[in-house]
Amino acid sequence: MTTATAPAGPAFISPKQRRPGVVLLLGAWGQARTKIGLGLVILLVGCALIGPLFAPADPTEFVAAPFAEPSADALFGTDNLGRDVLSRFLWGGRSVLSLAILSTLIGVSLGVAIGLVAAYARNVLDDVLMRTMDVILAFPQIVLALVAVATVGPKLWLLVLVVGITTAPRVARVVRGAALDVVERDFVRAAEGIGVSRNKILFGEVLPNVTSPLVVEASLRLTFSIALISALSFLGFGLQPPAADWGLMINENRLGLEIQPWGVVLPVTAIGLLTIGTSLIGDGFSRASIGIQRGARAE
Amino acid sequence: MNTPALEHGGPVVEVDGLRVDVVEQGFDIVDEISFQIDAGEVLGLVGESGSGKTTVGLTLMGHTRRGARIARGRILIEGRDILKLRPSELRALRGRTVSYVPQDPASALNPALRIGTQLEETLSAHEFGSSRAERRERLDEMLDEVLLPRDQRFLARYPHQLSGGQQQRVGLAMAFSCRPSVIVLDEPTTGLDVTTQAHVLDTVRDLCSVHRIAALYVSHDLAVVSSLASRVAVMYAGRIVELGPRHELYHAAAHPYARRLIEAIPEISGRHALAGIPGTAPRPGHRSSGCFFTPRCTYAVEQCGREFPPVERVGDDHEVRCYRHDDVLAEATRDRKPAQALGAVAPEEGVIAADRITASYGEREVLHDVSLAVQPQECLALVGESGSGKTTLARCISGLHRDFTGELRLRGEHLAPGARARTLKMRQEIQYVFQSPYGSLNPRRTVGQIVGQPLKLFFDFRRRETEARVLAVLERVAMSPSIADRYPDQLSGGERQRVAIARALVCKPSLLICDEVTSALDVSVQAAIVELLRALQQDMGLTMLFVTHNLPLVRSIAHRVVVMSEGRIVEVGPADRVLDAPEAEYTQKLLANTPTLEAVA
Repeated sequence: MTTATAPAGPAFISPKQRRPGVVLLLGAWGQARTKIGLGLVILLVGCALIGPLFAPADPTEFVAAPFAEPSADALFGTDNLGRDVLSRFLWGGRSVLSLAILSTLIGVSLGVAIGLVAAYARNVLDDVLMRTMDVILAFPQIVLALVAVATVGPKLWLLVLVVGITTAPRVARVVRGAALDVVERDFVRAAEGIGVSRNKILFGEVLPNVTSPLVVEASLRLTFSIALISALSFLGFGLQPPAADWGLMINENRLGLEIQPWGVVLPVTAIGLLTIGTSLIGDGFSRASIGIQRGARAE
Repeated sequence: MNTPALEHGGPVVEVDGLRVDVVEQGFDIVDEISFQIDAGEVLGLVGESGSGKTTVGLTLMGHTRRGARIARGRILIEGRDILKLRPSELRALRGRTVSYVPQDPASALNPALRIGTQLEETLSAHEFGSSRAERRERLDEMLDEVLLPRDQRFLARYPHQLSGGQQQRVGLAMAFSCRPSVIVLDEPTTGLDVTTQAHVLDTVRDLCSVHRIAALYVSHDLAVVSSLASRVAVMYAGRIVELGPRHELYHAAAHPYARRLIEAIPEISGRHALAGIPGTAPRPGHRSSGCFFTPRCTYAVEQCGREFPPVERVGDDHEVRCYRHDDVLAEATRDRKPAQALGAVAPEEGVIAADRITASYGEREVLHDVSLAVQPQECLALVGESGSGKTTLARCISGLHRDFTGELRLRGEHLAPGARARTLKMRQEIQYVFQSPYGSLNPRRTVGQIVGQPLKLFFDFRRRETEARVLAVLERVAMSPSIADRYPDQLSGGERQRVAIARALVCKPSLLICDEVTSALDVSVQAAIVELLRALQQDMGLTMLFVTHNLPLVRSIAHRVVVMSEGRIVEVGPADRVLDAPEAEYTQKLLANTPTLEAVA
């Protein structure tokens, strides 16, 4: 046995007298990028959630001629069928957001469970689980999603499920990587020694110690899910016409891009800003968690 | 050989009024550091963790850790002020004139390069010698000096293929290779076994005296330092509080902290009781005015809180910073509490009996046919160097290691291998305290949750009852109830280990296994933890298995000793008998190699 000494770090950082989770949140909040990201996300989620209340017209109502220029009646003009672009935009965020969040939740939960079990198993189960994940990882997410939707048909539940399942391996890898180090620590031995059940060890002892990388990965996955769901509805596998949906709007209006660009520009900007926002938040957390590790070493 | 000391006369190293600051906050890590080292002399720099000893050691190379900077003072090496050197001159100085041996040789060596390559690199980087042949010659000489084989097969190895002792010898060879005039050794033997440590210390001692090198030996271990250094400086909270010849320091320390530090060091003779120092040293930025030791000092008077005491001479070459050094010195030297005898233990059927245990890790067998029994209310010490199998045996008993054959019995009842296969009652009765409190407490749980967890598992108490028991056990280990809401990283190492002990005690165990519980702690904290365990053992009649590599510690706590080597038991007997008159050759060797303060006296 080597003589263990207190971990001594290079930096002199005074330890904060706060819960580790709070330290992470404050650390992330302390960065400008997190604030900007949060601002963007709040703006667009706000648009999607309460936007319909302010929509001047029904999203499926014909208000003017197709591809009409912006006017007092239709602030951002009309789309390919003569519906109000602004109204369709305000209605169209809900589906993207809810589908993306739902599929990310499924992916993260699955990934956490698989990653933790694999890291703790330290036997053939680890290999079986992780190699299965590798197989899924070998295909680009969008290809798997297209195969599934093309086979079964454009069902929303299928969309959520397939995006969730293809998200899981990426989360599982990160969680397993972080947990491998944690499961070897003595507090896990201590819990084993008094006979704490495996599930309690995994979710009570190990999981709280991998939250930093998990939060970072989850926000990154949300970014990808938003992009993926939008892409799938652009291709016509998401919400079906005449429903309003950002991805669908881009597809419908791309023909009129030269005459009336707003039908494309609005949803593209929204999706772009939303993904930038979530990834900025993720980046903020990632930087904050590095700070936490430094602080923990210095202690 | 160049003898730079003669070139300019006077000491090789002269540090004067050195201060190192934290860049951002601007408070000092160390301040008012002054000392000198002559050619061929070893100065020991002793302090507990956080005292700033490594910071001082690094400044001799003109270096500070990230986030710190040298704010004030002079560092003269061979009469040159190294703080005024240009970066290129400083680079030339490092490794050539001043070299450094780090604590952990494994992380200082590049794992991807062969030993020979790395050794040659040091020489060529400093353009030592004029030709390749000359450098090769020097390389062989170096290997001889540090007692490493000089053949090509050895030089072709990678760092991980060497033992810890060999790695540290390579580190020494690198440091001594360019014939430096100053060498800084930063706890180079921490983590090494006593036998290896003794060899490394011998090597350092010989090389420094033969080549007239001025050495600064940084360590937390006063016993190790005293076996090497002629003078010792004691650091506390960033200041040198006492500096003097080692004999004087040991017999007549003039600073209260130095005295308490000496009293905290276990002795093989076991004549004196161990005494920890209550409280903790103030961290940088939290140091008040006046002497920093005041809150923990039994001599403190009002004056101590106002201004830091000046340096005063109390003998030839003996300086101290304490207003009350006369009173400290006036007290009979070595007036220490004699050790209390441990209560006798009547031989009975053991609480735990291990019968012919053979354990392996995969293919490798680490325990061979080991049998032992722990009597009720007895503290049995399990002693051995690393690789002796002592921790494996403890882990087999606790159910953490399942891969063994042989029979384990808890009061006559068969104990299954592996904690999960045992009954709830058995798991409650055997409790384990881990070596490092930095790893054994979940950083994401509060102390209250950590200590309460086994209670929830083993007993069906109401919430109020659980809370009451948690607070009671925290009080038992001398912790205030307010820490129940804290997280482990807000506690010091000693406090964490108390929490770990509380977590074990709260189960009301029949057997408490302590696995190297003090090896990650400072000596003064170690003494306090041993005091605590001893008190618990006597008051509560705890049965204890105390695993340690620290022989001097054994007499302070154990009734009987089991000495292990390479997976076998080599000697068993009462602690006094084994330490005073060891029978096994291995035990004798172990005792001879253990550095002690008594040897200095």
